[in-house]
Amino acid sequence: MILTRLVKATSGWSPVLRIGMLVVGLALALGLPWMMYPPIALDIVAWGLFAVALDLLLGYTGMLSFGHAAFWGSSAYATGIIAKQVGLPFYFAVLGGALVVAALALPIAMLCVRRSGIYFAMVTLAFAQMIYFIANQWRAVTGGENGLQGVPRRFFGVDLTDSFYFYYAALPLLLLGLLGAWRVVHSPFGRVMVAIRENQARARALGYPVDRYKVQVFVLSAFLAGVAGGVYAVSHGFASLQEVYWTTSGKVVVMNILGGMGTLWGPVLGAAIIVQLEDYLATAGIDATNLVTGVIFVVTVLLFRRGIWGTVRYLVRSRTATRHDSAADEEDAEAESRPAPARQG
Amino acid sequence: MSATASQAGTNPVLRTSALSKDFNGFLAVSDVDLSVAPGTVHALVGPNGAGKTTLFNLLTGFLKPSSGTITIEGRDVTGMRPEQIAQRGVARSFQIASLFEELTLAEHVELALQGRDGTGYRFWRSDKRLRRYAAEADGLLDQVGLGDMSGVPAGSLAYGQKRALELALALALSPKLLLLDEPTAGMGVEDVARTIELIKRVRADRTVVLVEHNMQVVGDLADQVTVLQFGKVLAEGDYEQVRNDPDVITAYLGEAVA
Repeated sequence: MILTRLVKATSGWSPVLRIGMLVVGLALALGLPWMMYPPIALDIVAWGLFAVALDLLLGYTGMLSFGHAAFWGSSAYATGIIAKQVGLPFYFAVLGGALVVAALALPIAMLCVRRSGIYFAMVTLAFAQMIYFIANQWRAVTGGENGLQGVPRRFFGVDLTDSFYFYYAALPLLLLGLLGAWRVVHSPFGRVMVAIRENQARARALGYPVDRYKVQVFVLSAFLAGVAGGVYAVSHGFASLQEVYWTTSGKVVVMNILGGMGTLWGPVLGAAIIVQLEDYLATAGIDATNLVTGVIFVVTVLLFRRGIWGTVRYLVRSRTATRHDSAADEEDAEAESRPAPARQG
Repeated sequence: MSATASQAGTNPVLRTSALSKDFNGFLAVSDVDLSVAPGTVHALVGPNGAGKTTLFNLLTGFLKPSSGTITIEGRDVTGMRPEQIAQRGVARSFQIASLFEELTLAEHVELALQGRDGTGYRFWRSDKRLRRYAAEADGLLDQVGLGDMSGVPAGSLAYGQKRALELALALALSPKLLLLDEPTAGMGVEDVARTIELIKRVRADRTVVLVEHNMQVVGDLADQVTVLQFGKVLAEGDYEQVRNDPDVITAYLGEAVA
């Protein structure tokens, strides 16, 4: 009985808290360019969506892709090329880039999902390195080491040269991506994702074609990473080899682990911290970004595996649970005027 | 119509012929011919390591046979994937409880029901729609004696309760053929009795194959018993026949002193 009560109390954030957090989140998203250099604000939201896209795979379905730069970066290039060639608002270029990436992700996913665990990570890395190689060699299209320069910020004739205004033009696209990820996680499909993470064999025995689900999550994740990468390229005005480099894949994994895998909003927090930290270190002229990120990674893995969001959620939930639990004990004691029954579990 | 004639007239739900599984030279299952008549409870028994669970894994697609064939309702399913076999109306429980530790009991059963209905692809819908399964899920949990625990995560269940949840998941798929791997292992006397009653109830409209060590359970439930030893069929027949089979007695008690 106590167990049932405990679960009722912990089955999620209370609605008030939930709405409160939504309001705070939206206010933060809208106020970000007032608090910092606007391009950094945009980097945070773009990386945030990228990290959430990876979380669908890593946190919810239990698949560690160590090659997600391939999708973020390919979309940066594809979006840039479309934006330069086609005189449409940048929304269309970003959508085009994301669709190209989804098409690219499909065959890769079909080959990768046959492996799991570390082998899956290695195969995704191998594909990402292939993409990197192509981006480096195919100079006529990608600009090679010089990158793809001069990506325009077309937007219905509105002048968006000022990054402050560009932020607000790009924000809806990124928020839509986040909303999409949230929808997927809290859908019947999302339940199956978690089932696959928890126990593949059991999911199969229940009749779920696990590999097909994995391919779908992978493509969906690549698409969202593509939206993020496309916006990032338009924001910076160029796409470079850095976007398809393996350290980019590593960085987005660190964001997930720091923020909290499988928490959806945690990776956004992780992205905010890493982006700000990199900016701070670069401005201060300290050339130790990788060292600092590496230390953060190690500390997170050793001390709080749930990540920041996951740890806070855990603490909040266990605190509410204890409060409800002791209240329940008091009720029992009053009602029965007998010693409370031995606690189970 | 005599019993033999009616049996001859109905095709087996499940049939294996010369089914073998070779693990690098170790024949875990060797030349097994099995025929399970519809509407029966068929027990697989045998000493530890006789190949019962390997046979189960072959039947459900979790292992690919080295040779031989498996047919379900006359259709060849040899080499099919587990989900394809599940979609053909075959549900199984696992010997070592195989659950989604972080999901609640209700979520488990809902997942199974959703799998049965094939609505798992709907990523644009809210998972609140799964609540329409709530009543059915509660009913199934009630049946296996877990009715008051639907909100508890599976990870916190006791061993016997996990076995009961396994059973609820298998039943949720409304299978034609139910494969139960030691459904009563680790259960207390009361739970064993309830499980036997449940299997008796659910067998009415389906066929059941079970692996079981508890001979009382086998005697109580099984119409047909197949005894395995060293991956081979040692004896087959009804419970009384098998129990008095000298080979079986030897297999279980060792060489009889003459």
